[in-house]
Amino acid sequence: MTTQELHDFVLSNSENISSSIVTSYVDRDFPCFEVKKENILEVMKHFKESTELSFGFLTTCCAMHFPEQGDKEFGMVYHLHNMQANTRIRVKTFFPKSDLKISSLVSLWPSANWMERQEFDFFGVQFQGHPDLRRILNMDEMNYFPMRKEYPLEDAGRDDKQDKYFGR
Amino acid sequence: MSTTPIINPNDPEKDYSILNLGPTHPATHGIFQNVLTMDGEMIVKAEPTVGYIHRAFEKLAEHRPYAQITPITDRLNYCSSPINNMGWHMTVEKLINCEVPKRAQYLRVIIMELSRIADHIVCDTVIAVDSGAMTGFLYLFQWREKIYEIFEEVCGARLTTNIGRIGGMDKDFNEKAWNKLTAFLKEFPKALKEFDALVTRNRIFVDRTVNCGPITAERALAYGFTGANLRAAGVDYDVRVAAPYSSYEDFEFTVPVGTTGDTYDRYAVRMAEMWESLSIIQQAIDKLPSGPIHADVPEFYLPAKELVYSSMEALIYHFKIVMGETDIPVGEVYHAVEGGNGELGFYLVSDGGRTPYRLHFRRPCFIYYQAYPEMISGGMLSDAILTMSSMNVIAGELDA
Repeated sequence: MTTQELHDFVLSNSENISSSIVTSYVDRDFPCFEVKKENILEVMKHFKESTELSFGFLTTCCAMHFPEQGDKEFGMVYHLHNMQANTRIRVKTFFPKSDLKISSLVSLWPSANWMERQEFDFFGVQFQGHPDLRRILNMDEMNYFPMRKEYPLEDAGRDDKQDKYFGR
Repeated sequence: MSTTPIINPNDPEKDYSILNLGPTHPATHGIFQNVLTMDGEMIVKAEPTVGYIHRAFEKLAEHRPYAQITPITDRLNYCSSPINNMGWHMTVEKLINCEVPKRAQYLRVIIMELSRIADHIVCDTVIAVDSGAMTGFLYLFQWREKIYEIFEEVCGARLTTNIGRIGGMDKDFNEKAWNKLTAFLKEFPKALKEFDALVTRNRIFVDRTVNCGPITAERALAYGFTGANLRAAGVDYDVRVAAPYSSYEDFEFTVPVGTTGDTYDRYAVRMAEMWESLSIIQQAIDKLPSGPIHADVPEFYLPAKELVYSSMEALIYHFKIVMGETDIPVGEVYHAVEGGNGELGFYLVSDGGRTPYRLHFRRPCFIYYQAYPEMISGGMLSDAILTMSSMNVIAGELDA
């Protein structure tokens, strides 16, 4: 099955959730589906449990930050894998900074537990329904979310290490 | 499938004790902390703490040109750095649509399989040590040293290799490397057989490891297991077969699987994989094509040093690569390789700038280590140590 065929196959088997899919396209070797944030749990449940699709394995999930994108400032990207058919898809969703709440997928995949804790830790995405939403790699006392674009790599107080000296 | 604990950790009738295992306990092989609730010697509940060696790799990667990210990947699973390096190179090659010549692909396969053997030597011998078999460890561990000597001939480094380049290999294997590789292929099977004879059917070892820290295939998939740990539970998922990269489709090898997903199966799967890796290396050497060792991508592949001193184009490209001034396509790619302990994935988002806009590492350890409390609850403390070493949890990859 080519990527385009897979894309069409997933779409034709997702009629019951078609109102939740904002847009879909093929990007290199991945069919991508952008879905509404409010319905992420429902969509993922369909992708996982529908007998035709059965994307039963959550490969990875990660957050994104695009400060210039307004209503689409933050995003979550999920990679799903159907191991029997050996097909993969990418699911994306975007939301503004004012509304960082998104449904947790721990009820579908226990593996989402630490993955989501990591994205909470670094981006401050609030996963609703997560059993244990704490920081995981950074210390608990940290009061900012370091992977957001506004936080510089180095201590902002330093003036000896400017990007312009390094070919930027 | 049941997630409810058999023992209630909050039982008021019981007088449980708290044991702090780690973070710097010699038996944990890395910086892992687990706060254990103990009923005598039995573990009732475990609470892992991770992040002790977190180095902000994803943030660092957003500030470095593409070529400078390879050394970061070295430090993920540092027992098999070359696989991480190659995974990163292949991710960038996917983004820039670069086809690597066959010879470079085969050389990469040789390097990757050597480092898989090195990785599995560490894991399997450490399982043996933790169950009390020091001898096997001493016999087999020197062969990891021999593998590092081959790496040293190929790239100059041993542990954090930074091997290969975007677009191919940095240089071909030299005479010494081939000699060392031939000697390794001749001698290592004997040592592996010896270790096998010492440990695999050893009564004490079998008694210690069978049914120690088991996990069913269903739970393993739910917890995102990949690699040898998933195969030990009976799922034949291997990225090299499911999505072949670097010409893995040219080689014949079997994917060993276990049945119960316990420590013994994890050990046995890794042992079998070492034999498969040896066979792949031999096939790669036999079929090794001649030809260039890198693709024709001057904007990404550093020119030879003598050309930099004599040719203007080479000097310009050298400068552009070193300063990170090369244009890179806009787009996003996900590429996965079969790392030492599972599917090592790179999700790369490029906005066309000199550095990745976002780089997310799918670190297999981080994802499957969250099953550890479930796997050790209800078992003995000494089994918890064995379970951890058999899962091949590497702190560098766990904490990134």
